[in-house]
Amino acid sequence: MQMTASRLRIPSEANRAAWFFLAPALALIGIFFFLPVAAAMLLSLTDFDLYGIASPLNTRFVGFQNYSRLLRTPDFWLALRNTFYFAFVGGPLTIAVSLGAALLLSSKLVRFKGVFRTIYFTPFVTTLVAVAIVWRYLYHARYGFFNYALSYIGVDPIDWLGDPNWAMPAIILMAVWKGFGYNMLIFIAGLQAIPEELYDAAEIDGAGTFRRFFSITLPMLSPTLVFVTVITMIGYFQLFAEPYVMTQGGPLRSTTSVVLLMYEEGFRWWRMGYAAAIAFVLFIVILLATLVQFRLQKERDA
Amino acid sequence: MTLCRRAAFVHLMFVVAAAATGCSRDAGDQRATLRLWAMGREGEVVSELIPAFEREHPGIRVQVQQIPWSAAHEKLLTAYVGDATPDIAMLGNTWVPEFVALDALEPLDSLVASSTYVRRSDYFPGIWSTNVVNGATYGVPWYVDTRVLFYRTDLLAKAGYDKMPATWREWRAAMVRIKAGMSPRQFPLLIPITEWPPPVIMGLQTGSALLRDDGRYGAFSQPPFKKGFEFYSGLFRDSLAPVLSGSEISNIYQEFERGNIAMYISGPWQIGEFTNRLPRALQDKWMTAALPGVDGPGVSLAGGASLSLFRSSAHKKEAWKLMEYLSRPDIQLQFYKLTGDLPARREAWRDSSLAGNRYARAFREQLDRVVPTPPVPEWEQITTKVIEHGERAVRGRNSIDDALAGLDRDVDVILEKRRWLMERRTAERR
Repeated sequence: MQMTASRLRIPSEANRAAWFFLAPALALIGIFFFLPVAAAMLLSLTDFDLYGIASPLNTRFVGFQNYSRLLRTPDFWLALRNTFYFAFVGGPLTIAVSLGAALLLSSKLVRFKGVFRTIYFTPFVTTLVAVAIVWRYLYHARYGFFNYALSYIGVDPIDWLGDPNWAMPAIILMAVWKGFGYNMLIFIAGLQAIPEELYDAAEIDGAGTFRRFFSITLPMLSPTLVFVTVITMIGYFQLFAEPYVMTQGGPLRSTTSVVLLMYEEGFRWWRMGYAAAIAFVLFIVILLATLVQFRLQKERDA
Repeated sequence: MTLCRRAAFVHLMFVVAAAATGCSRDAGDQRATLRLWAMGREGEVVSELIPAFEREHPGIRVQVQQIPWSAAHEKLLTAYVGDATPDIAMLGNTWVPEFVALDALEPLDSLVASSTYVRRSDYFPGIWSTNVVNGATYGVPWYVDTRVLFYRTDLLAKAGYDKMPATWREWRAAMVRIKAGMSPRQFPLLIPITEWPPPVIMGLQTGSALLRDDGRYGAFSQPPFKKGFEFYSGLFRDSLAPVLSGSEISNIYQEFERGNIAMYISGPWQIGEFTNRLPRALQDKWMTAALPGVDGPGVSLAGGASLSLFRSSAHKKEAWKLMEYLSRPDIQLQFYKLTGDLPARREAWRDSSLAGNRYARAFREQLDRVVPTPPVPEWEQITTKVIEHGERAVRGRNSIDDALAGLDRDVDVILEKRRWLMERRTAERR
């Protein structure tokens, strides 16, 4: 208590200087972040749309009607369900694959590490739209590579992008392939930071590979893991480009994400008020998900 | 503040435009500069028609800007908000009501009435009416588009028909007979379930107005539309058409060539594609036919694009001259030869290049029986709901009654704002 009080006592001149130095950044954040957010908040309380563009008199203040209507729309819940599906299946899968790849590339047995690292990282830097178009061919029900390969092990053709049950797994598969390279690099950096002596000591104590992984690697990687999880989840909650290019949200809206729904309402139908409400709901969902992750992490550390 | 900024922005755009078009031109150039926006292939090709116009009208210079279709709608709306609309734009004719709602377009009735070139009687009535909103005309049809049947004559002949039947009953019977000679993975008809025109056309053929009460509510769950929709979904139920979405069909020409499908409902652009992409051996084995209807030749959709004049144009007189020029039958023909787009003028159809084209004949016949979609700005959004609920019924997720009731529910929500505006207007008038 005493300490915090003394720490807060800063000379007023220094205080003023601090504000002076902070001012440009604060002004930029204020103008380009908080102001638009406040404007969007106001917008979400109106029914501003195409007619509103024609004349401001055509816009009504509707209070929280956009929100209540949104929560009553089956399409929104479907989009939310799809987004969760993508984030909670695709997210852990991406993390598992990237951790696996990072462990492989950190192994002393693997040669040409630089080459593999580059190859694994390439999908991440490739344009998503180009990738999605190529994958659409790979997924083709009749002429695609996947079904061709599956036919050799006797699996009947799967209508990847046309079947409402398969479309989301297909998108997840592509997203994992596309995204794991970035997390892999971060994991490799995290693995390199683990002191070699720990493994040496464990080996002398007779710990096997799995024991070393669960008792040294995983705990030591924990901060990296938290970072990767949070960043991946935030990114995955904003799923948009993959379904936009590959399926346009179909079939039967099975790949319509919340952001895609927002895009459609806002920029296709120009119902800006409604779209702004979707944006805020998504913001709250992401905020809650992130808080839950931090809380879980804290409990584990404690 | 906003006005100021908008004006400053417009000035800036002019400076940029002037710099871009080159300042080498004489400062004393007194010619009026018209800005024309056109989409896709039409935007590329229309430039070739402009030099002749500029020679006829030395006082007018035309600047054509080509816009990709995918960005066109957004760009036009942004231009409207930014007060930077062109003088003339090509508008897909379902967009006309939307820009009328924005009050962005100039009514053309008096200009048309006094024009020697644009004669309303020479246009297809169904097409012309797509430009009429609340009794006023806001566009001149530029080229037309409708849907007809493309079919394999040999497969139809094998089933015992020398020409395409004209009634639903016979059409369906023909499909059943074609199906009998096919493998389970081959189908008499292809209508992608992610396209809205087929179910809408069939609903129009059974006499549905699609919307009711002057576009206040959906009329999809009412008997006329339901009758058409039952026929439509029955085609899938009885395996006469495959349950395929548009993105799953990779190469329709290949499927057509292999005899995997015998009929396909599509538009005029496919004439060129079928001619170029089907092998020579198949060239005398395909034909087009006007759509069958309930008890005889049926209606189809009135589509295409129009030329519209923007209210904010500073050169309306000159712009109208360009619109008249592009509407002249000889220029329409030239445009047809450049693009393959079907002319909106009936006079142009009498030319041998069109009258002699056997594939165009079905379109000519169909164009006398075209119906516009409801002139409400929300129509395009409604079409996505038609696809969505139609797909549910076709895939068996919902019964027809549930799907159509759900469709009407969604459509009524979309039209809520329109109802409010209309009621406010009636209240003001009182």
